[in-house]
Amino acid sequence: MTEAYIYDAVRTPRGKGRKDGSLHEVTSVRLSAEVLNELKRRNEGLDTSKIEDVIWGNVTQVGEQGACLARSAVLYSDYDQKAPGLSINRFCASGMEAVNIAANQAKGAGGMYVAGGVEMMSRVPMGSDGAAIAVDPTLAWKSYFVPQGISADIIATKYGFSRDDCDAYAVESQKRAARAWAEGRFARSVMTVRDQNGLPILERDEYIRPDTDMQSLGALKPAFKDMGETMPGFDKVAILKYPELERIEHVHHAGNSSGIVDGAAGVLVGSKEAGEAMGLKPRARIRAVARVGTDPTIMLTGPVPATQRVLENAGMSIKDIDLFEVNEAFASVVLLFMQAFDVDHDKVNVNGGAIAMGHPLGATGAMIINTALDELERTGKGTALCTLCVASGMGAATIIERV
Amino acid sequence: MTDIFKYDVDADGVATLTWDLPGKSMNVMTLEGLESLNAGVDKALGDPAVKGLIITSAKPDFAGGMDLNILAGMKRQAGDDPARGLFEGTMRMHELLRKIELGGADRKTMKGGKPVVWACPGTAAGIGLEIGLACHRRIAADNPKAKIGLPEILVGIFPGGGGTTRLAWMLGAMAAAPLLLEGKMLAPAKAKAAGVVDEVVPADQLLARAKEWVLNAGPDDVVKPWDKKGYKIPGGAPYHPAGFQTFVGASAMIHARTQGVYPAAQALLAAVYEGMLVPFDTALKIEARWFTKVLMNPSSEAMIRSLFINKEALEKGAVRPAGVPDMRVRKLGVLGAGMMGAGIAFVAARAGIEVVLMDRDQEAADRGLATIAGLLDEGVKKRKVTEAQKAEVLGRVVATPDYARLEGCDLVIEAVFEDMGVKADVTAKAEAVIPEDAIFASNTSTLPITELAKASKRPERFIGIHFFSPVHKMALVEIIKGKQTGDEAVAKALDFVRQIRKTPIVVNDARFFYANRCIIPYGAEANRMVAEGVEPALIENSARQMGMPLGPLQLGDETSIDLAVKIMNATKAALGDAYPDNPGDAVIQKLYELGRLGRKAKAGFYEYDEKGKRLRIWPGLRELFPVRKDQPSKTEVQNRLMLAQVLEAVRAFEEGVLMDIREGDVGAILGWGFAPWSGGPFSWIDMTGPAKVVEICEDLAARHGPRFAPPALLKELAAKGETFYGRFDAAKKAA
Repeated sequence: MTEAYIYDAVRTPRGKGRKDGSLHEVTSVRLSAEVLNELKRRNEGLDTSKIEDVIWGNVTQVGEQGACLARSAVLYSDYDQKAPGLSINRFCASGMEAVNIAANQAKGAGGMYVAGGVEMMSRVPMGSDGAAIAVDPTLAWKSYFVPQGISADIIATKYGFSRDDCDAYAVESQKRAARAWAEGRFARSVMTVRDQNGLPILERDEYIRPDTDMQSLGALKPAFKDMGETMPGFDKVAILKYPELERIEHVHHAGNSSGIVDGAAGVLVGSKEAGEAMGLKPRARIRAVARVGTDPTIMLTGPVPATQRVLENAGMSIKDIDLFEVNEAFASVVLLFMQAFDVDHDKVNVNGGAIAMGHPLGATGAMIINTALDELERTGKGTALCTLCVASGMGAATIIERV
Repeated sequence: MTDIFKYDVDADGVATLTWDLPGKSMNVMTLEGLESLNAGVDKALGDPAVKGLIITSAKPDFAGGMDLNILAGMKRQAGDDPARGLFEGTMRMHELLRKIELGGADRKTMKGGKPVVWACPGTAAGIGLEIGLACHRRIAADNPKAKIGLPEILVGIFPGGGGTTRLAWMLGAMAAAPLLLEGKMLAPAKAKAAGVVDEVVPADQLLARAKEWVLNAGPDDVVKPWDKKGYKIPGGAPYHPAGFQTFVGASAMIHARTQGVYPAAQALLAAVYEGMLVPFDTALKIEARWFTKVLMNPSSEAMIRSLFINKEALEKGAVRPAGVPDMRVRKLGVLGAGMMGAGIAFVAARAGIEVVLMDRDQEAADRGLATIAGLLDEGVKKRKVTEAQKAEVLGRVVATPDYARLEGCDLVIEAVFEDMGVKADVTAKAEAVIPEDAIFASNTSTLPITELAKASKRPERFIGIHFFSPVHKMALVEIIKGKQTGDEAVAKALDFVRQIRKTPIVVNDARFFYANRCIIPYGAEANRMVAEGVEPALIENSARQMGMPLGPLQLGDETSIDLAVKIMNATKAALGDAYPDNPGDAVIQKLYELGRLGRKAKAGFYEYDEKGKRLRIWPGLRELFPVRKDQPSKTEVQNRLMLAQVLEAVRAFEEGVLMDIREGDVGAILGWGFAPWSGGPFSWIDMTGPAKVVEICEDLAARHGPRFAPPALLKELAAKGETFYGRFDAAKKAA
């Protein structure tokens, strides 16, 4: 079986996911096309008429993100129409799943792929695509559905992470993100988003609040307490599934959960032969990929079994990994990961994460692969493991190694 | 047969179908009733001279609902494919109601329909209201006794005659929820305010107003909103932004409230959700599919059997000794005016019985009277009782310390201090005054009736009538036969219970009778688990999640820790060496020593605030009895708590304390709130399968001790592949 390589990776800066966010004026298809074009600009040898597929992750596939946004993005871009497009949705891991599918296809059938994703959360609101799991009583009961914030609070309660633990984690994420930007650690990946005249719209992640401290976070009210305890009372549903808990401690709020932002990212993935044919030089090898299903109620524990599975697939142990990117959907998700594998915070999310910079759902999976790759190159380290928790109880993971 | 709905046409061409089920004071829907209604509707719609139709009742009420005996029977009679039988039967009902709703209009153009109006003189429950909902207009009489609603959910099913779909489409999911999911019954004015009926009119104008509406109805009035183009369901369908929130919330809320153990609630919600995504006729079909699913569920069958059929049978005297004439109480004496005594006096006076309420001095007796006045005031505050009614009830109660006033009482119930001597004394004093043929009853919960009867001159007329606290709220009354208690005493007690509209069970005299005997091991098993280091929250949640109203530790706080100590000590004294060692006793003893006596002390298994609001499990409990690292599964905890009760019920039956499994099931649900979804402990065994229960018992016995050893009767049923209701259903035997 042939190997899959990463030839390049780019991402847009993340704009605040609100009407006053810098990227709010940009359409989803345009931002996606900008990323495709950037990959082409940076890789002159890339023959877009020979791209096997453009695999594009996106969660809320309605309106302008509907109707196979991947193909729309190809047609909007400067790519040859011969490049097809595939829109996929694995919720928060969509961008990673795009890379993983591309990797597996490259390993099997060979060829060159563009994999990544986009989410314009300011333009297509989260949840506007409906969700049987939340409203269909048969399914909601069978899966003991609760919203993600409640799930994050279940993790904190069950595994003993206090509000202070979560806040301290968030403060550190902000610090690390600010330092990474100050030191230009994202320079290789982040592209400037420009308008149709080449004028810059956004050059830097704009969600970061470097001055965040324990005191400012302490003032925030728990975001999921009301829906948990009062209306409609999701905590009681959670306790049906976790009867050993007397109550759910509500520790998460806007400051220690991932931010709502706009953004896109793309990764050029291909076999050795395909890269050679286009004269491209690989930056990393995709060593192994994995995805898992877990309990949908606690929902966000997926990184633990996904990591176990991806290590197994790679024939590696946790000690073989130099660097971890664990998506900061909620502070408790990363705290659980570190507790489960007993890994040091020094190796995890060293340049901050979604709590500081935001989590554009369909794009983040590709973004953290970008970030890990940049950091491996910057530090000369060898192996990184990237993982995300996924809605409805799933997880995904990717191991990359520098070549 | 077609007489059930009488058909008339007046000179103005207005037809009336008048429901009058022969031989019954209240209409209930039967298969013949449906046929009769169908024939009448066909006649009215088919006769060109008929302008419109009124559907009403000849009785004070419209209808009490479906005859659930038939519903349960339908399932058995449906042969090899009961689901098909139920589904097709339900669809036939839909076709009939849809025919009424269309009024003969052309389905494509919706033109040419005749107006159909529902004229409801009084109560309309279940199918009664569902007929109304299919009509174009609903007019109710301002009958103060009338209650209108869909109570099906309370017996484990849901409105399956289109009521679920029509109400949800008419009012929106949010507004329909309390009616559908809580089975709320509304007075006519409230039904109008809720949008369930269109008009409330004086009773004597009901038919005139209905006729007036028929004669004035325009073409638009006879087409239901959902049969018009572009109908939008109030509050939005599930994927409308507002509807989405409603459905997410409703689903979670009902899931939490029902602990997921009531299949009917989930099926109802599913029918509403799926129905709102398709056209109306398809929605009815979906409702029928879910309705069938619920009827096929053994839990629903068990709930109907216990909470409807058998409860009613017991109330109507299923176990009353044959040949004893009417023994209704005319004048009741109550000895002891404390909480229990006053409560008994209150429910009796409310039922129209003259009451002499006695205590040792006038002051104590008056305190009892004040308790009754307080209970009536609560009713006045809630506008359920008028000042006049309050005065009338109080007027029936004489509070006195004078035994002479008991003269002429045909029943005396003592509710004095639980002490043999005290009870013997009042028995003798009362018997000196009351007539020779009067019955004397004890409300004891702990003392043997046979022993107490020794103080009586006529032990054959001495009986136990055991009320539960608070008397005015608890539906069950346990009647205890002492060794010498005669049939007349039993009949007297049963007739009295019927007068005060409660549900009786009759049991033989044995320690703690039936209900308390079964609930005590529930608490004891929980205490044992605390001692073993099971997480207390897991105990409480597991209990609630198997449908118990209170977790065992909370129940311990409610009934008080000192009572638990008392029971423990009394049992130890009675059993001597045979008393089974229970490490859980140390838990109770420790709380007792610490003065954590339960809710009344604002400290027990739980912590409470100043006002007595329960806050959380007392953290000190986990320090005294450290929580083990390896916790049992929820199923394990539930099996232990369930079988602690269930096996005691089986033993009570095996020993002849309990004489009828129907009483065992109904008494369990009404007496201590035993998982209503199961239909009671015997139904639970049947549903789980006796062989499976034996298997669970043997496993538990091996690991936790002989208290879980399956009783011989249970083992025998399991070995022969039989069930309790298969062998012991007295109702079936009588038929």
